[in-house]
Amino acid sequence: MKTLISLVVNGESVESAVDSNVTLLQFLREDLGLTGTKHGCGLGDCGACTVIMDGQPVNSCLVLAVQANGREILTIEGLAENGKLHPIQQAFVEKGAIQCGFCTPGMILSAKALLAEKPKPTEQEIRMAISGNLCRCTGYQKIVEAIQEAAKSIEATEAS
Amino acid sequence: MSEFTVLNTRAPRLDGPAKATGRAEYTDDLSLPGMLCGAILQSPIAHGKILHIDTSKAVKLKGVKAIATAKEAGLIKYGVSPARYDETLYAHDKVRYVGDEIAAVAAIDHATAQEALSLIKVDFEELPAVFDMFEAMKEGAPQIHQEFPGNMNAEVHQEFGDSDAAFRECDLVVDHTFLNKRQDAAFIEPHACLAVFGLDGRLTLYTSTQVPHYVMRTVSMVLGIPVGNVRVVKPAVGGGFGPKCEATPLEMSAALLSRMTGKPVKMGYSREQVFLHSRARHQFYAEMSLGVKNDGTMVALRNKAILDGGAYTSFGIATVYYAGSLLGGPYKLKAMKYDGYRVYTNKPACGAQRGHGGVAHRAAFEQLLDMTAQKLGMDPIQMRLKNIMQAGDVTVNELDMSSLGMKECIEAVRDGSNWDKKKGKLPKGKGIGMACGFFVSGAGYPIYRSDTYHSTVVIKISEDGGVATVLTGSAEIGQGSDTVMAMIAAETLGARLEDIRVVSGDTDLSVDLGAYSSRQTLMTGHATREAAEQIRNKIAQFLAEELDCSASSITFRDGNVFFDGGPGNFEKIRTQYIKEHRGWTDPPFGEFLTFREAARLAFLKGGTLVGTGKYKPPRLGGSYKGAAVGTSPAYGCSAQVVEVTVDLETGEVTVDDMTDAHDCGLAINRTLVEGQMQGSLAMGLGECLFEEVKFDSRGRILNSSLGEYRIPTSLDMPKVRSIIVESREPKGPYGAKEVGEGAIMPTIPAILNAIYDATGVRVNELPVSSERLFMGLNKNREEA
Repeated sequence: MKTLISLVVNGESVESAVDSNVTLLQFLREDLGLTGTKHGCGLGDCGACTVIMDGQPVNSCLVLAVQANGREILTIEGLAENGKLHPIQQAFVEKGAIQCGFCTPGMILSAKALLAEKPKPTEQEIRMAISGNLCRCTGYQKIVEAIQEAAKSIEATEAS
Repeated sequence: MSEFTVLNTRAPRLDGPAKATGRAEYTDDLSLPGMLCGAILQSPIAHGKILHIDTSKAVKLKGVKAIATAKEAGLIKYGVSPARYDETLYAHDKVRYVGDEIAAVAAIDHATAQEALSLIKVDFEELPAVFDMFEAMKEGAPQIHQEFPGNMNAEVHQEFGDSDAAFRECDLVVDHTFLNKRQDAAFIEPHACLAVFGLDGRLTLYTSTQVPHYVMRTVSMVLGIPVGNVRVVKPAVGGGFGPKCEATPLEMSAALLSRMTGKPVKMGYSREQVFLHSRARHQFYAEMSLGVKNDGTMVALRNKAILDGGAYTSFGIATVYYAGSLLGGPYKLKAMKYDGYRVYTNKPACGAQRGHGGVAHRAAFEQLLDMTAQKLGMDPIQMRLKNIMQAGDVTVNELDMSSLGMKECIEAVRDGSNWDKKKGKLPKGKGIGMACGFFVSGAGYPIYRSDTYHSTVVIKISEDGGVATVLTGSAEIGQGSDTVMAMIAAETLGARLEDIRVVSGDTDLSVDLGAYSSRQTLMTGHATREAAEQIRNKIAQFLAEELDCSASSITFRDGNVFFDGGPGNFEKIRTQYIKEHRGWTDPPFGEFLTFREAARLAFLKGGTLVGTGKYKPPRLGGSYKGAAVGTSPAYGCSAQVVEVTVDLETGEVTVDDMTDAHDCGLAINRTLVEGQMQGSLAMGLGECLFEEVKFDSRGRILNSSLGEYRIPTSLDMPKVRSIIVESREPKGPYGAKEVGEGAIMPTIPAILNAIYDATGVRVNELPVSSERLFMGLNKNREEA
């Protein structure tokens, strides 16, 4: 049996009928075509499917679509505005924080949630915030540097 | 002014913005109208005869479109090395491990496909199984392949120099044994593929692979499709590290089911299936003896390897050779003896993983060096510096070190880590250790015997002259090869980097053996350079004709053209260009003729401007059996220093600091080089401290998830100092060579040597869990 859900995804209202066993990850990828959110394990281990729900980073493979009813979801597709990269995305590109890119959307969204809460995080706070996002390519160093850079760049923009 | 305008910079990678915004398309992101969903039935038992397969119930399930077993797929044998084709797409007489493929289903959706699998009834006669490589070698052990008695998949016996005589002249011989554990590559993107047959009988296979070329050949052979009718396309790939270096049952099943149904078929492995398919790092047992003179001169090495291969060969023939050949350097030896055995067991097949075949034996060897240095009362760095090779040296097994910044690497990590102030001076529980290594810059020979070019490249200039597109079959898998090719093309053409596009990973574009053995930069780089040179020369010819000057007086740099180093008189070309593009908003300007105007002139005179390049290595290596494995046009090398803290009560290890130096020849892109270095360290740290695929007593994997199979997180990695050493490699494009795999070589032994320094415990079995080290600490206390 399908359940009607209504939620906000990347600033747009969405209404849909979903099966009760469909995950938010499946709903985003298959129903909405938002394939920027990645499926890495389906068990909440890898963090590749991280999206932001009501300001909190969540593994969308562990959230049912029906649980997202009435919530506000931000996926990687909703981060760049007016065709311009978000400062976190820009820093990831410039600092070499991206290799295969499969963890990147989730990693960027975890960073986004962190910087919203703590605009000037310490290195340890950054490492803690992304510790649920596995990356097999980079050794994390350039990701940490990119998040530090993004924090600076956001601060500078807000100050000006 | 730098010698280069584009090379050796930190240019951001081409695919960065697409990947940062979620727009980059990976295979699982693709869909086609009418697409079906495929799934594979895998054996639940480790060893058994297949008595009967009944698909009658499954085929009647609503929504099931096709079911394939060995009956439909045929029994053509395949594998990686033609010398050991020992797999069929589906098991027909026997299953040999938990996960062996038996059948595949295509259905309208995932749930239906899964339900259909549960309705296929397979009757087995279970056979005794063997899971341990030492047990498998014993007389009376269950036989896994009839053709390979004693479960002996491959044996290697090599001797370089007279090892017995060399050992006799040694003052000291030190022995060591070492055991690593089976690894999983744990790339974050599970394998996925999408196969579609056109009405013209042509197969297009989109797949998450490192090697479109080899996948094309294997799929063609196994399914009996003319190779010209198979096109393999590699979308963005979420990491490979080795196991995505061969055609998978997933790819062949999708292609077969698409042929059977006439519809596109998409398939993917679950995370558990990634572990079951495996093809990752083998388990190695190493037995080694090193003979030296009293002054520390290394003389002779005896090395024995036993590899747990799992149920099939995969890359294993190369692996068992590499475990020997990759100890030939970077130290001078008078003699080296190697005996290697790869053994079948009833577990998933092992294959290639970063540092193919070399990592475990390098770990054993570099520990042995430290043990020997200690007995001689020498500093481990002194001992290594005394014995290292230099550019121009040839190893005892005939590998030619045409460039080798080994000394520079060792000195860089010694100074970068403050070694002299720390070694022997750290408080209890803290330790410092170092190690070295080297690796190939591309295998010297293809996997199948052939005179094929290893890489070809086509570069095509747009008709306005503004954009150069590099067309290559090479495989961007995250390492950055597209960006490297763009940079080499820009530098060679004298064009701006932003005017280069790269289309890659498609067998229709060019021949390229793919992303394995750290070969793309050197080999595809050569072909890219040649293609770009051809275009540059053509443009120069046309310019010379037009302006009545000599072609040799014309040079290209950073998007501009120079005549005898100056602007020259190009007014008529510019006037014509502007006339042709009246009303356009970006007319060429400035005191120099632009590349765009020059390339447009060439188009007007000669039609579409195309350049082609090609590369294959010269004949390399000795003439002994197996001499091909380990050969390469060039070798990268590296040294690392690691500092650890060990909790002496619990045995818990924290890696505090890592200093890494790698000689990659000219660093085409410094950021990408550091990325490979840092990623290698993380993978090495994981293998050293946590990673182990575990099995129960019936051959089922116990930890087939990324929660239970632990890879390093951001909290496990220390801050790393990455030092790039750049010996110019005479055989590399612009002096470049490898970084992607060699960088992992020193990591495990450097950590192990640091743990010894901290505790006095010589760990000879991985991973170094707290428990294992705690037991070692206890044993030391009891003995004290």
